[in-house]
Amino acid sequence: MWTFVRRKPLGAAGGLVLAGMLALALLAGRVAPYGYDEADIFSRLKAPSGAHWLGTDNLGRDLLSRVMYGARVSMAVGFGGVVVGLLLGTAVGLVSGYFGGRLDLVLQRVVDAFMCFPLLLVALTIMALLGPGLGNVILTLGLVLGVRDSRVIRSAVLSVKAHLYLEAARALGAAHAAMIGRHVLPNILAPIIILGTVNLGAIILTEAALSFLGFGVPPPRPSWGGMLSGAGLVHMLRAPWLALWPGVALSLAVFGANMLGDALRDLLDPRLRGSR
Amino acid sequence: MFRYSLRRLLLVLPTLFLVSLFVFAIVRAIPGDVVDMMLEQFQYGKSADELRARLGLDRPLAAQYVTWVGQVLRGDLGTSLWTNRPAALDIAARFPVTMTLSLLSISVSLMIALPVGILAAVRQDSRADYAARSFAVGALAVPNFWLATLIVVLPSYYFHWAPSIGSFTRFTEGWYAYLGQFLLPALCLGVAQAGIIMRMTRGMMLEVLRQDYVRTALAKGLGGAAVVLGHALRNAAIPIVTIIGGQMPFYFGGSIIMEHIFGLPGMGSFVLEAISRRDYPVIQAVNLFVAALVVASNLLVDLSYGALDPRVRQD
Repeated sequence: MWTFVRRKPLGAAGGLVLAGMLALALLAGRVAPYGYDEADIFSRLKAPSGAHWLGTDNLGRDLLSRVMYGARVSMAVGFGGVVVGLLLGTAVGLVSGYFGGRLDLVLQRVVDAFMCFPLLLVALTIMALLGPGLGNVILTLGLVLGVRDSRVIRSAVLSVKAHLYLEAARALGAAHAAMIGRHVLPNILAPIIILGTVNLGAIILTEAALSFLGFGVPPPRPSWGGMLSGAGLVHMLRAPWLALWPGVALSLAVFGANMLGDALRDLLDPRLRGSR
Repeated sequence: MFRYSLRRLLLVLPTLFLVSLFVFAIVRAIPGDVVDMMLEQFQYGKSADELRARLGLDRPLAAQYVTWVGQVLRGDLGTSLWTNRPAALDIAARFPVTMTLSLLSISVSLMIALPVGILAAVRQDSRADYAARSFAVGALAVPNFWLATLIVVLPSYYFHWAPSIGSFTRFTEGWYAYLGQFLLPALCLGVAQAGIIMRMTRGMMLEVLRQDYVRTALAKGLGGAAVVLGHALRNAAIPIVTIIGGQMPFYFGGSIIMEHIFGLPGMGSFVLEAISRRDYPVIQAVNLFVAALVVASNLLVDLSYGALDPRVRQD
């Protein structure tokens, strides 16, 4: 742990920010001064003050509390999307890389075709068909990034496949399931961990973009992207703090995820060391 | 070079086939009947059977796909359920706006990323390098839509100035005003992507600058600029061009948000309208068109390798 902090101070700072966000998400109910939907009609669009540290929105809701509760959505979608994406990406990448042949050819052409679609456009299209909601955002973003991840996991599987110990296991008569479970999967854990942290920032950003456009997590549950949504622009022109704090929280979370991801990639993938 | 180009062109066909299959399948693969949803939420037709027949969804899947592909090949991308206008007409009218925004954003990205990336690599671990890397980290963490919101909100609050939103000037009404209205959205979109391209440029340049031929060129007495631009940059160009080409979907995706914020009548705002109205033929048409554009840009990137790398030409 200390070695990591000493060798990668920015990565450690990123991890700390992320841990803080996670704690905020888990403890929002205890530490937030107000409820996220607690409206006070007499305190509409109030500037930051002792009673409301970050000010209030157009319904008189406390902005600090809403930013704190917003961490719940970002972290739930971020970590949930990472898990769904890695499960899907690992399954497709393992099958494609391990079995190879025609199956690999077909799967990889499907991945090629999928990667021609802009991430946001395909996420918007799937969300439009599934309908808004926390679970649907997690599923959609997990699916979209999982397909992309499968390419990286496949190449990791291919490099493991070239090793002699796999040939030896095969010669000893190991079944496919045992080969994958005991030999391939443990040896591709490093790229899987790297992908997870790198994707975390991308998923948090894309969820915010979806909510910003009105296709993510529906109100009244606060999400940082939704709080910045164009619908609130009229109020932001009178109360600019509405446009400031959700964006700061969002940028901090993405910064934390990116820094941690970069540091882990540098440590776990020696080929990339020093190139970034 | 001819064989390489031909091979690359032929590879486009299976990709386009799979793209069409994917666009077609996406609506059908998702649980829940799109027809029921369209009826319940938007009252598109009298009954589910009538709407299914109108959309051609009552026929076998293979037949539907063949009919649809046949229509697409004839230039018919489908008709909007709301306006009854062919989607191809709207795409043709709105595409130049999205293309202008994307090209200007790429220009902004390159104008920032290339010089900063090269400088950061040449002066590795200097203050300039740290400043450049901090910029890249910031650009990657700040969402472009937040940057755009701040650009709209803050000057309006503090200086009582706001960019004009909603009044669109066409190219025929004056190219100067036409391009001017893209400046802020292109800046927001371009800066965010510049972070990625800058990091890649720096990484590639660092790798190339350590090569023996660069040391030889310097030892021969060539000037620093000639070595960096003539020797190093040319050899780092292929991965950099690949990265820029790979960013095309992000520029198209980003333009959806920028058009939404700045009220530009491009394909992004068009598809957002279609999605919010569940105008399914239009959603399908835009997805297919954008994916085909990305395939075309990937092809252009691959063909440009020939110009950049003589080894590809000899292949």
